[in-house]
Amino acid sequence: QAVWNLANAQDLAAIPTLIEVLGYNNPGAAVAAVEGLVKLGERAVPILLENIDGYDYGARAWANRALARIGDPRALEMLLEAASQDFALSVRRAAAKGLGGIQWEKLPPEEQQTAQERTLTTLAQILAKDEEWVVRYAAVVGLEGLGQQQGQFRERILEILRSHLSQESELAVRARIQWAQQKQPTLN
Amino acid sequence: MEQGVEGLTVEQAIANLQQTEDLGLRYYAAWWLGKFRVAQPEAIDTLLIALEDEADRSPDGGYPLRRNAARALGKLNEPRVVPALIHCLDCPDYYVREAAAQALEQLGDKSCVSALVNLLAGGVEAAVPVPGKPHLVQPYEAILEALGTLGARETVPLMQPFLTHPVVKVQLAAARALYQLTQEPQYGERLVQGLQADKLPLRRSALIDLGAVGYLPGADAIAQTLAENSLKVISLKGLLEFSLRDLPSSAETWEFSPESVHIMQLMDGLL
Repeated sequence: QAVWNLANAQDLAAIPTLIEVLGYNNPGAAVAAVEGLVKLGERAVPILLENIDGYDYGARAWANRALARIGDPRALEMLLEAASQDFALSVRRAAAKGLGGIQWEKLPPEEQQTAQERTLTTLAQILAKDEEWVVRYAAVVGLEGLGQQQGQFRERILEILRSHLSQESELAVRARIQWAQQKQPTLN
Repeated sequence: MEQGVEGLTVEQAIANLQQTEDLGLRYYAAWWLGKFRVAQPEAIDTLLIALEDEADRSPDGGYPLRRNAARALGKLNEPRVVPALIHCLDCPDYYVREAAAQALEQLGDKSCVSALVNLLAGGVEAAVPVPGKPHLVQPYEAILEALGTLGARETVPLMQPFLTHPVVKVQLAAARALYQLTQEPQYGERLVQGLQADKLPLRRSALIDLGAVGYLPGADAIAQTLAENSLKVISLKGLLEFSLRDLPSSAETWEFSPESVHIMQLMDGLL
């Protein structure tokens, strides 16, 4: 409850404490802290990026979840690296989903296309290669988000999903791919 | 040692299990054969011999090698080992009995039902702790879960009293098995109640149970449980797969039920 009060205060001074709570190994408190950081929005991003915990993967997963929800492109490098390379699957899946929710309009227009291409390529590789079903599931969610925001990628994303579907061993991931396909507006 | 372990081959693992000099190597080899699902006849034969081992004894009189051999045999999908595992249900070592019950559950052969039922003799009154040990007289959770998975419907009346056993994990195991056998919502709801338990290990148990039985009305409660997102997602995956069980796998486009869509939304939210 103390964390919820802090989270609702929307006070910049609370950011370091909220970030500290992510490492308490207490899911209830961490959920509240993430909500607080998301409410503070882009103001929390630089401090979050500076304080990513290299030793505690639980805390890293929660921090990535907060960055994913905020969608600030300053977190893009962090999310790309976490999604494809972190050893903890909870971090990879949070980051992969977050890559679908980047607010691209906050990037200078000349940087947008390159950044989006890298995001698309990274998510496609994760879908093809990650050994954990839940990370592949999250990559589908990330690709869906990218396609919904950026219509010019829709066709390529649908092709990535279509070609992966036949080689996917997990029913839950196949289902999520089918649902993503059904949700993309039809192209004609 | 490290290198030898990593470089183990099937032949070496079998040889390690057959020798009697180094008990540590035997113990590890039994685990290794199960882990890598080595189901060739020679591996099975060697594991069956290990089930009767007398050399490897723990300070409290247990049979560590037998435990590992039983666990390995549960993974190898070979029906001829069932009688030997049933025999293990009478072993004086509690952990051998537990491993055997779990292995028999995995093998899915109903011929072990009456032997499992025998271990429930005396009902809840007899299901008391062993003085000085951290366990009850029988591995009740493993027995109840095996009977549920094996579809032993005739054991429903025997199981019902275990819903009131003083150990909450035993109650949950009974509820899980009873739901599998009857599909009655009252037992699913008992598992949902388990998500509110004070202790995190119990909430985790209830999450695993709900995912294993695919109790669809539990989806929202699972998503709201105070536990790790990883475990909640795995539990919901169990529900999702259950909700898709009637979809023809050949269909080009799947028609999702509202339940399936709702479960995927919950899973998305927990990533």
